[in-house]
Amino acid sequence: MAKHMKDLKPQDAPTDLVQIAAQPGSARARFWRSVEEWEGDGAVEKAAAKEFPRGRVPNTGPGGLNRRDLLKIMGASAGLAGLTACTKLPPERIVPYVRQPEEFVPGIPLFYATAMPFGGVGRGLLVESHMGRPTKVEGNPDHSSSLGGTDVFGQASVLTLYDPDRSQTPSHFGKVASWEQFIEDLGNHLVDERSTGGKGLRILTGTITSPTLADQIQSLLNEFPGARWHQYEPCGRDAAREGSRLAFGQYASSVYRLDKAEVVLSLDSDFMFGEPGSLRYARDFAGRRRMTDPSGSSNRLYAVESTPSVTGSLADHRLQLRSSAVEGLARALASAVGVGGGGSSEPPTGVPADWIAAVANDLKAHRGASLVVTGDRQPAAVHALVHAMNQALGNAGQTVVYTAPLEANPTDETKSLKDLVTAMDAGQVRTLILMGVNPIYNAPADVPFLAAMQKVDFRVHLGLFIDETAAQCHWQIPEAHYLEAWGDVRCYDGTVSIIQPLIAPLYGGRSALEMLAILRGQTYASAHDVVRDYWQREAVAGRVTAGGAGFENFWETSLNNGWVEGTAFAPKQAAANAGAIPASSAAIAEGLELVLLPSPSLWDGSLASNAWLQELPQPFTKLTWDNALLISPGTAAQLGLKREDVVKVQVEGREISAPVFILPGQATNSLTLHLGYGRTLAGAVGTGVGANAYSIRTSLAPWIITGVRLAKTNATYHLVTTQNNHLIEQNGQRSEEESDAAFDRRVVRVGTLDEYRSNPEFAQDPPDMTTEAQSLYPPYDYSQGYSWGMSIDLNTCIGCNACVVACYAENNIAVVGKDEVDNGRDMQWIRVDTYFRGDLENPEAYNEIMLCQHCENAPCEYVCPVGATVHSPEGLNLMVYNRCVGTRYCSNNCPYKVRRFNFKLYSDWETPSFYPLRNPDVTVRSRGVMEKCTYCVQRIMETKIKAEREDRVVEDGEILTACQQTCPTEAIVFGNLNDPNSKVTKLKAQRRDYGLLRDLNTRPRTTYLARLKNPNPEIKG
Amino acid sequence: MDPVENDKLTTTAVVETDEVLAPGQTYRSVSDRVSDMVLTWPVGIRWLAGLAMALTLLFILNIALGWVFTIGVGVWGINIPVGWGFAITNFVWWIGIGHAGTLISAFLLLMRQKWRTSINRFAEAMTIFAVACAGLFPLAHMGRPWLFFWLLPYPDTMGVWPQFRSPLVWDVFAVSTYLTVSLVFWYVGLLPDLGTLRDRAKKRVTKMIYGIVALGWRGSAEHWSRYETCSLLLAGLATPLVVSVHTVVSFDFTIAVLPGWHSTIFPPYFVAGAIYSGFAMVLTLAIPLRKYYHLEGFITMKHLDFMGKVMLATGLVVAYSYVMEAFMSFYSGNTYDRYMMMNRMTGPYAKVFWTLIFCNLVGPQVLWISKIRRNPWALFVISLVVQAGMWLERFVIIVTSLHRDFIPSSWGMFYPTRWDYMTFLGTLGLFFTLFYLFIRFLPMIAIHELRDLVHKTEHEKAAAAH
Repeated sequence: MAKHMKDLKPQDAPTDLVQIAAQPGSARARFWRSVEEWEGDGAVEKAAAKEFPRGRVPNTGPGGLNRRDLLKIMGASAGLAGLTACTKLPPERIVPYVRQPEEFVPGIPLFYATAMPFGGVGRGLLVESHMGRPTKVEGNPDHSSSLGGTDVFGQASVLTLYDPDRSQTPSHFGKVASWEQFIEDLGNHLVDERSTGGKGLRILTGTITSPTLADQIQSLLNEFPGARWHQYEPCGRDAAREGSRLAFGQYASSVYRLDKAEVVLSLDSDFMFGEPGSLRYARDFAGRRRMTDPSGSSNRLYAVESTPSVTGSLADHRLQLRSSAVEGLARALASAVGVGGGGSSEPPTGVPADWIAAVANDLKAHRGASLVVTGDRQPAAVHALVHAMNQALGNAGQTVVYTAPLEANPTDETKSLKDLVTAMDAGQVRTLILMGVNPIYNAPADVPFLAAMQKVDFRVHLGLFIDETAAQCHWQIPEAHYLEAWGDVRCYDGTVSIIQPLIAPLYGGRSALEMLAILRGQTYASAHDVVRDYWQREAVAGRVTAGGAGFENFWETSLNNGWVEGTAFAPKQAAANAGAIPASSAAIAEGLELVLLPSPSLWDGSLASNAWLQELPQPFTKLTWDNALLISPGTAAQLGLKREDVVKVQVEGREISAPVFILPGQATNSLTLHLGYGRTLAGAVGTGVGANAYSIRTSLAPWIITGVRLAKTNATYHLVTTQNNHLIEQNGQRSEEESDAAFDRRVVRVGTLDEYRSNPEFAQDPPDMTTEAQSLYPPYDYSQGYSWGMSIDLNTCIGCNACVVACYAENNIAVVGKDEVDNGRDMQWIRVDTYFRGDLENPEAYNEIMLCQHCENAPCEYVCPVGATVHSPEGLNLMVYNRCVGTRYCSNNCPYKVRRFNFKLYSDWETPSFYPLRNPDVTVRSRGVMEKCTYCVQRIMETKIKAEREDRVVEDGEILTACQQTCPTEAIVFGNLNDPNSKVTKLKAQRRDYGLLRDLNTRPRTTYLARLKNPNPEIKG
Repeated sequence: MDPVENDKLTTTAVVETDEVLAPGQTYRSVSDRVSDMVLTWPVGIRWLAGLAMALTLLFILNIALGWVFTIGVGVWGINIPVGWGFAITNFVWWIGIGHAGTLISAFLLLMRQKWRTSINRFAEAMTIFAVACAGLFPLAHMGRPWLFFWLLPYPDTMGVWPQFRSPLVWDVFAVSTYLTVSLVFWYVGLLPDLGTLRDRAKKRVTKMIYGIVALGWRGSAEHWSRYETCSLLLAGLATPLVVSVHTVVSFDFTIAVLPGWHSTIFPPYFVAGAIYSGFAMVLTLAIPLRKYYHLEGFITMKHLDFMGKVMLATGLVVAYSYVMEAFMSFYSGNTYDRYMMMNRMTGPYAKVFWTLIFCNLVGPQVLWISKIRRNPWALFVISLVVQAGMWLERFVIIVTSLHRDFIPSSWGMFYPTRWDYMTFLGTLGLFFTLFYLFIRFLPMIAIHELRDLVHKTEHEKAAAAH
């Protein structure tokens, strides 16, 4: 072991992390129990996995007691009295800095601008660093791609950095090896490659937008003229690229200007979630939708989709349509808005006759201020039709601009992957370098990647995890996380951001740039130098300038800003050629269709090891820790399926078993299954969770599969949701019980724009309902100092869950695992409630974020026997963890049920790699303690102290709660209610402001702005 | 057991009687009968078997609580929204059962009801044991039970006090006061009998033990005089507690804003329910006791009849409360209250609700029939039904109110785990262990009061003869 340990030592990691890495349990240095295990044929692991199923957070719940435990408990229970107080604290020595680094004040976090690549495209970030440890990701408010917002993926990325299941050392055939060994081995192979001009060398990456990386790859290809570079992104944008090529004759990227769009038509698109520009689009869309008074105006959104989406939740008109029928609708609409040559066709069944005409009229009426968008799941023809429509509507150059492609080397990635497989299969590939990809898991089922890859002599995998692909490679090299490595990336509008690391690689990981440098023989080139050199060359060539003269200024400014000045692409003049759009390919397929979508939590599956995302309730279904076959209530009834029935989905000889989940809002005869699940090697968290939809995905039909057959099995599978969806039948009308009650109780208040204009008070409670004056206790005077409050605009909240993950990161919230979520013990302080209204088959879905309402008359406070939850003079409902004895009375008496209880020890106090993850300003809670949203009191206190030191008051907007800061649509606003000019005071003064359960006289400090709908009067119903 | 003694025991009283004391009892006969049950050795096989069963259940409690304290209350089925489950149900149930003892011994003493004499001692013991069982639950249900003393107003160096607006703090005072007063009252009542046992014991060790616990009782006139005064004072002190304890327990619910809890009818309704279940428990214990210890002469048909009537009366109060609660839910026009009541009657826990209605409302109506009230085994069955019903009542109040309250997204379900059942069964073990030990080592019927009753009965007879 001793020798291995020495090899293991990472070069640059902080000393405590070296210790973490050197621990045998966490390192890849493994012990073996038998020859079989040592040889690693997997049989032992399989047997062990069978006996000790992984993929769940260890549960000590009901049923967790075995004979040994029983004996222990019996012994322990005899000696319980008095023993609990004996905690021996480990000795700890604190050594101060001899030389204090500049700007480095213990306890004061620093923020660094960087960017996160997601699907190859960047989002500008600002990352909080405590004592050199990144703990929280925020959007960069000055960055065009986010304007300060982030999404679930950005928020959760910090957990991936500290994931204990990350690959921690280079490994050769699954055994720990050293860097030097790898470089030597690689060098030997490259000598051979060099002699043949690199004919046997292939590189496979995801989509690459990084200019430096592309430049490096190009240099490598120059050195090895015979080598090839392949790209494959499992949830990539092939259709969008091909669509632009069809329409414009060349690849182009579309950038939407939703701040200018009055009328938006979304054709099976979730443009506010997961796309390169989503954060910006959501921000701009919300900006056009925000109403300050009844005289204001709002944009209008038509959403056509087969399954409820985050974007569709804000639609004024949502049309449920099978994804395979959208093309027909697009053609009909194209001809209605005056696109010639698109080939008009009859509108597909299920679309009301007046719908197309009404939408087309609305779009035409807003020439230059309307926008048609479509999603990556739609075929290229629809993308091309959309380009043609936008051109016909005069939107090109107005609400949508076309730019050069973001990708450094745009290509048909599915074809690129197929080419690689063909070459491998033909034995042409001798050296294969896989960087940040996992094709064995996510390649289309008709592309036999594994079989072909096994013909390659030398396979190297650079990745964060030892995943399915890594396990089949000769070498696995730990990849540096984006928070650990230098790099650059292009964002949705072409803007380049320099990725600057926040921490030295925890496990000595290398970035793709460094891997390329090694391939080029520059063994010790640092990524920092590579990136700097590239931009120095660009600056010298005069292609970029920023921050005055000199490269140092340029570099400092770019790093400080978080983007490189002047790199945003200029709009291109592009004329869509409608004539090039192929005519309708085939008649619309009848029967069931299956739509495969990236998971709203795990995306393409690369995030499967992230427990925050696994436990995140997925939008609308509120499913956690699983994917399921989503099906409409009507279709389910027709097929005789119930929730949790396991069905076999059969497509062209392939099949997959998945449990059924009945979701109102799903189009008839359309099934949805999320990708990203069913991983077989994704650490303790992600392995074996859900069904792997890639196993039925083909390169020809990557998203929409028609002609699907379902075979019912007798099995059932338990699905776990955080919100129960009870479908009930009353008076012959089917509906959802919780939603019925929610509207009955006016939990969600919705009106149309016209209703609001004619009766601005529509959302208010009847005057006799509030009992403001009646209280046994004298009222507290909040008029002095600060008085904190929050306003949530239901009209802009899209229910994207970003706030939920932000809260995880900010407040050290524990993950409890599937079983405990099933027991009703999820720990999220903020949740997105979903209610459906109307017909079950065609409902409207409403999201409502729910968190502690910070009642002025808080029902939780007066029932606590020990005063562990108390009120601050500023109106905060505080939770004193170390005073809490855990009677749970406060939660029982909370009418909003926003309190969360540590029924067991949920926080992970054991795993060393999680120590630096935690926000040091927030207590890590222990067992038996109640917790809840604090309005991020640590942020309030920090800012207040700062303001007091500077002898001033806290300014409006100076304190942002974590949920508010991350919200892409700025739906959450927090501030001082005693400041008449604060944003929150003005929002609360709006007449559609309402508080939940005001009739209980709780006087909530969190209030909601009623949802407004802006329907087209031409469309009935 | 000595066959002669055994024979004597079986032959003395087999005749059912309608008096509060079977005819023909003398000072000596009552003293012999009761003290022999304690002083006769060896113990009977039935007692041993019963104790063994109780100890088994106690052992289960040991495991269950050990697991709860080791892992946390998460081993139970509670969750958010249902933060209280079996533990608080059991607490309220046991506290309720504990009411009958004090009611019988104190309240009926003040009312000069002489039929209380032969049942008050074991009813009081039952009270104390029930309160002991009840007391376990608030402790065990805490997230951090080792900090239980934070609910007590002790001089903390941080100057922190309990939060006196919380009914849970009132609970601590109410229950601990009740336990203290009940214990003192019971012990004071035991003193003359402990003296008797000391005097009648034959073995030296036994004499010494009873001598120590008898606190030097000599039976002098002065002792008796002070004893009577003390008893009356304690009875006066205990009587309001009968009403106050369950009133305070009901505040745990009424103070909350929750539909189904927030109701002004709860205090009287809870007190009536407590007496209802308490008398049911007294019957549950008395009927087998009189059968196996042949105490038909002391615990007579009249006692059973009276207790049946008390159950009927309190049961009707409870029934009235149910009806009014349902009526007010609808009459109030409050959406949440209406939904709560509809959900109780038709929701996921409807079966539990209707079982409770049968157990507490419908079933016990047979007590109108005098024959039933005088049939020990029928009464025994009814007493069990009522106790089951009262347990379900608390379950329904707690769980159905919590599981669906105001904001529909937070609705959930409560499913008890095996640890829930084990904790409940375990406290039955604790209760019966204590009770088995009690009937073996202490006189289960107050000897001196029986002697007093013999005296009074004879006096009355003599007066009638004149």
